[in-house]
Parts: sequence; structure tokens; C-alpha cells
Amino acid sequence: MALHCSRACRQYLLHLAQDNVEFRLPEIKALLSLRAKRFCPAEDFNEKSPFWLLKSVSEEDVRSVMTRTVCAKSVFELWGSGRTHIELQSSLEGYPTEDMAPFLQQGSTYKLNVYTFNKTLEFKDRIKKIDAMEYLPFQGKVNLKNPDHIFCLLEDYGTDPNNIPEEPFYVYFGRWIADGQRELIRSHSVKKRHFIGNTSMDAGLSFIMANHARVRDHDLVFDPFVGTGSLLVACSHFGAYVCGTDIDYNTIHGIGKASRTNQKWRGPDENIRANLRQYGLERFYLDVLVSDASKTIWREGMLFNAIVTDPPYGIRESTRRTGSQKEIIKPPDDFCGDSHVPVSMEYHLSDIFRDLLNFAARYLVMGGRLVYWLPIYRPEYREEMIPMHPCLSLISNSEQTLSSHTSRRLITMEKTREMEDSDELLLLQDSRFSPYRGHNAFREKYFCGITKRGLNTDGKDEGKTQMKEDN
Amino acid sequence: MKLLTHNMLTSHVKGVIKGYPLLIKATEVKVSEVEFNPQFVSRMIPKLEWTALVQAADGLGQLNDLPNELVPDYEKNDEFLRKVHHVLLEVEVLEGCLQCPESGRVFPISRGVPNMLLNEDES
Repeated sequence: MALHCSRACRQYLLHLAQDNVEFRLPEIKALLSLRAKRFCPAEDFNEKSPFWLLKSVSEEDVRSVMTRTVCAKSVFELWGSGRTHIELQSSLEGYPTEDMAPFLQQGSTYKLNVYTFNKTLEFKDRIKKIDAMEYLPFQGKVNLKNPDHIFCLLEDYGTDPNNIPEEPFYVYFGRWIADGQRELIRSHSVKKRHFIGNTSMDAGLSFIMANHARVRDHDLVFDPFVGTGSLLVACSHFGAYVCGTDIDYNTIHGIGKASRTNQKWRGPDENIRANLRQYGLERFYLDVLVSDASKTIWREGMLFNAIVTDPPYGIRESTRRTGSQKEIIKPPDDFCGDSHVPVSMEYHLSDIFRDLLNFAARYLVMGGRLVYWLPIYRPEYREEMIPMHPCLSLISNSEQTLSSHTSRRLITMEKTREMEDSDELLLLQDSRFSPYRGHNAFREKYFCGITKRGLNTDGKDEGKTQMKEDN
Repeated sequence: MKLLTHNMLTSHVKGVIKGYPLLIKATEVKVSEVEFNPQFVSRMIPKLEWTALVQAADGLGQLNDLPNELVPDYEKNDEFLRKVHHVLLEVEVLEGCLQCPESGRVFPISRGVPNMLLNEDES
């Protein structure tokens, strides 16, 4: 078998985290495409598995992916694999000695780890597994603290925690290359962030969105529903200059009621800029403005590299735009700078998405990406419901389940055609927007049959949601 | 509000044909140091309305000696890029307003944040 033909067709083993499973493939594909590489799935590729093979890529490519991914934990240069340890041994014996030798030399130090997925091994069993690898020509010394090279034996015991087999389904052996950026999820946790709101995006998902959008150094990124700027934090982490707008004067200025349970009012320096400063990213802050996402405030020709956003669905926050007399929002108490507060009206979901897609088609650079969340009433979901646009191509569509009958989908689109005026008219007649036309109908469905415990996967927001509904 | 943002903004008052550039009326301007990134500045220059940028900087007394015309081969001209960087990212209007050149509509800037909301009869 031509498994180990030369350096050029070397294989890498990606070890992925098992949360946000649907978001992983679009992330890895997006990051490979930044290196002008494609993801070529193996014949028996299983998207839900924690182990994926990467083929037709270089070590440089995989290292670059690992500097950004929050879905993958580690990557290994694959030396051998098999359904049993005997198969692994013959596979390893087929790996070119000259490719192994530089890492096994006398005078070097190494460490051998055992990683088991869906099974916990006792210490003595791990040692047994390590000893069993003796057939490899290790000549260096073991150093557990600071080795030159790290090797890993990985065993896959399947994904069913209630049915763990005695022997693994598959075993891999490889040289560790790099870890991913899972640490960012902890270090950028919303819990420790200076300025947050009721709907601040989870750190892991924010980084996933920035990766799906292929945000990179020297980019200009825009969030039309910026809120407390969680997505701008993630985008600026990857070197993009960021700006955003929000219709909510209080949020933009960081005034009014706090979102934390132990704090009544927001502090003096609670704003998006302070959030970027907290992570040493203030140099990437451009501006945030109070503005209505349904109105164009940007001149023609000013193009963004990516638009990354979480539009309001009226579930955990109200959907508003300026315009009619339907619902008058009371001005905040310390609102003194402006003489008039435009009244807000409900902003229908179908209009939000039509406006957003039109905006992206007009203001993205060619090849630039739009990444946003779409709320879904699961019993009625059909793929055809995803809003489309003649200038934007759908890249990925991944579901995050919120309850038995609701979810949201992360939609990634890429601009592939220049916008013409006729496109806008065409879109108005598009039936795809009809499921979202009755915005209140969607909300009713969303809330129907929700018991006190049923709504959110993250329980802490639940009280707030219920309260909002009571108002 | 940084001058890069100002360069991108236009008036969206109903019926206005020439709403660009917005006039800046500043009562408080702040200059703060921002790390220089020549690649970003080079990348932004072709997207800029150069005349509007020069006018805006001049109006705030921050022109220094930024030329009226864009210089050729600016990507390699570090000194020029630094001047553009200063004007785009280091000069900020904290208090004041933006005014639509055609309708005269004023958009207030407070604590560095422009408020671009229009009244219901204006949009």
C-alpha cells in the first residue's frame, strides 16, 4: 500500500474535541483554504469521529491550521495505524526508516504518551502499552519533562460511552506536531470579560465564527449587530481591524443595567474598546457607532473583508429598527447628548436576513465571507429555508441545538459575484424568506411548550429569557 | 470616531444625493498612539477617498504635511505610510458632530461614538 510514499504525501492525524461537532469540518476546511489547500477525506472518513486523517498537506500547512483552530486539540505526523496492535506494528514497519531516524537518534530525548478515547486506562495498563512499543528503534533517552520529541499512541474505543469495547476499534501512532488553540476558550471566557451583555457570544463559538469567516491579519471586519463586541474580540485576535454598529445606545455606551447577577449597574469603562484592551488588542479597534442595521451609513466602494454577526431574533433581545410609531422606546435616564430619540419598530426576521444578505453582497470584497446565526424551528426546518442571494454562495451550515424543537444554524456564505441593482428586487420575491416573514409566528413557535427548564442549554440565561417574555 | 471611519461614512438622509463627505464639527479631539502596521495602511489606501481624508485632517489641524495628492509607490514609502497611519488611526473626535453636506442634518458624536440614527420621517 502506498501509505508512506514520500515526504510529499505524508499523512497527519488530527485529534478533535467532541463538542461543537458540526462546526469542526467547516472550520478545518476554512483554515486549510487559507493555505490554498483542500480537505481530502479518507475513504472511511467519519465526520463525528475524534480522529481525522489529513492528506496532501505539508507540515507547514498543519502547523498553520493549529495556530487558529479551536475545534482540534492536537495534530500528529502519522507513522502507522491499524484495527489491532498487530496491524499497527506491521504498518509502522512499513514506515520509511529514513523518515523516522531523525527523531529517534542517540543523544535526543523523547516521551511517549498514550491517549485513549472513550476509555480510561489504569496506570499499569498504560505502561504496558508503552513497553509494547519497544519494537520501534528508539535510541534517545526518555525525558518526561522537556523532551525533544513527543510520540503518541492513540486508541479509539468508539463514541458510545455505554458500550465500551475491551479492545480499541482503531489504533494510531505518530509524532506530535502541535496543539490547537483550545486554551483560548478558557482565557477568553465571557465569565472573565470586562464588559458583557445578556446575549454575549460564547468564546469558543466566537473563534469558530472568525475561523469560518477566514478573518486574518490586516483585514477590515464589520459586525452590524455588535452588542458587547464578543465577535470583534475573536476577529481582532486573528489580526483584523474591527468595527461595529448597534441600534442600542445604552449598549454601545456601556451604560444602564448590568448583565451580571452580582452587579446592578454597568461601571464607567464597560465598553467594547475596554474588552479589546483587556486582551491587548486595542490597536485593532476602529469604531463602534449607534446605527440602524437596516439603513446604509457606508459609502460605496468601502469594502469589508468579512462580516461576522449574531442578528437579534427577538428571543433573548428585542429586534428593533427605526421607523414607525408602533412601539416607543423610552430614552435612557442619562441620555442627554441627543435631542431626539427615534422610535423603534419591530424588525421582522425576514427583513433582517434580506437586509443582511444584500448588505454583504454590496459591501464585501470579492471572496469575502458573511458568517451569521439563523434561528430554526426544528420540526419545520428544511434546507431550502436558508436565505440565498445571487451574489453569495453557501459555504457551510452547521446546527447548534438549543432545545428539542429549536436550534440556531451558523451560516457561512462567500461573495462570488458583484452586486447589481436588479438582484435586490429579485430577492424581494424570493420565497425563501417567507418562513421568517411572520416574525411573531416564529417567536410563538419558539416559545410554545417551553417549560421553565426547557429553553436553553446554558441555564444561566434562562431566567433572563423568561423575564423578557414576561415584560 | 477615527478619521478612517469618517472616510467610510455617508449621510443616508432621505432624498439626499450628495451626502459625502460628512462635515466634522469637533469640540474635543484626542490624539493617541496606535501601533503602526504598514501592511494595513497600504491595504486601506486604495479604498480611501483621498481628498475627503485630507480635508478632514486639515479641518482638525492634524494635516501635518500630508500631501494633497496620493504619492506613487506608497507601499515602500515608510514615512508617508506613517503619516497616513497617524491621520487614519491616531486622531479621534471625542465630542462634536457630523453634518450632512446637503441637508444640514447633524449627527452627534459623544464619548467618541457617532449616533447615526435618523428620525422616522428622515429615512
